[in-house]
Amino acid sequence: MVQPLGTLKESASQTAGPYVHIGLTPNFSGITGVYESDLGATMVNDRTLGRRITITGRVLDGTGTPLKDALIEIWQADAAGLYNSPSELRGSADPNFSGWGRSATDGENGEYRFETVKPGRVPFRDGRLMAPHVSFWIVARGINLGLNTRLYFGDEAAANAEDPVLARIEHRVRVPTLIAAADGDSYRFDIHLQGEKETVFFDI
Amino acid sequence: MTDLSNRKPETGAFFSRDRLWHPPGLTPGYKTSVLRSPQKALLSLDGTVSEITGPVFGHAMLGELDNDLIHNFAKPGESAIGERIIVHGRVLDERARPVAGALLEFWQANAGGRYRHKKESYLAPLDPNFGGCGRTITDEDGHYAFRTVKPGPYPWPNGVNDWRPAHIHFSVFGHGFAQRLITQMYFEGDPMIWKCPIVQTIPDRAAIEQLVAALDWGNTIPMDARAYKFDIVLRGRRSTLFENRMEGN
Repeated sequence: MVQPLGTLKESASQTAGPYVHIGLTPNFSGITGVYESDLGATMVNDRTLGRRITITGRVLDGTGTPLKDALIEIWQADAAGLYNSPSELRGSADPNFSGWGRSATDGENGEYRFETVKPGRVPFRDGRLMAPHVSFWIVARGINLGLNTRLYFGDEAAANAEDPVLARIEHRVRVPTLIAAADGDSYRFDIHLQGEKETVFFDI
Repeated sequence: MTDLSNRKPETGAFFSRDRLWHPPGLTPGYKTSVLRSPQKALLSLDGTVSEITGPVFGHAMLGELDNDLIHNFAKPGESAIGERIIVHGRVLDERARPVAGALLEFWQANAGGRYRHKKESYLAPLDPNFGGCGRTITDEDGHYAFRTVKPGPYPWPNGVNDWRPAHIHFSVFGHGFAQRLITQMYFEGDPMIWKCPIVQTIPDRAAIEQLVAALDWGNTIPMDARAYKFDIVLRGRRSTLFENRMEGN
């Protein structure tokens, strides 16, 4: 026999189901008066540093139909490339920027929306800089374990070209699935759950 | 957002997720998964600073009734109808260490199995004093508790005659974005658990049993509410020994 490791198993995931909004965006779903506002609805205030941007898009199933019951959370660095987290040891992030946001897709057209700032660059494990990116986490009815992906910016071609994560995508034809189309300060990022245009998802 | 602990923040990458323990994406018995599951392999990415950091929430954001679903939507002096229960437990990581400051959000149907949601059309009535959402944050030892009514089972259009077991949905934040988890809690002794296509998306029986809360008689409050104990385990993280040291540093 050997010494036991004493480790536990992670609680298994289950789908968020069709009524995820009751718990995570109750005001959005019409349950008002319990919480003042929905958590993660606002990422910036008047004093937040950096360039204001908007990220919108849809989540599409294998037939190209938008999900009207998905919930998306994003996590990103501030304009200087620092995360608002106790585990961020490189410096203090902008106190007026949470770095975290939550948006339900619209019940009519399936659109999600985030008002945020363009993130600065942060280092990969070996110290090389990654291109500016936003981490996405997607849950919905029919998704058994939350899906992780990243948004990169269409107007950061040079940084994207040297990004160590994008460089690991063997099938280069799939790289564009992670690049949001830029239109001024607006970025559009559709997420395809399956099929020919399937978005690259990560095991992080 | 504040750090609730005086401990040095942990910055190791997370243990890799055991994807043979979690449900796979494609589980045809749960029909909606068929068109909503990726068909291509996931791209493995050992945690960078983007994954090992995450938002942390302070107790100050909580309202007084946030962890009391019996009263947080009820009219003054009234309360929700149903079996009064307390759900409590700890949030631990895979190293069996408590996760302090973990935000838990939960949602559920009422005692009759009816959700307060505009897309829900089940004929069981709404309870005018029950909203169905709550939240809390774990203390220094990883403990949490909330009070609610036991949700009823409810039918759903999957198979011709599929019913969900009584369940409470949980959303959990640890300390890193890669620990983000949504799961469901079931109740000890419910025969519906073993008939449910969503439960059965989990391949390992031991993983299912880990989601079944035990009736906790010791913590039951006489003449008031029974207690159920439900511990949640999040991913552990590596120590940072010999990590992230570039040559020459």
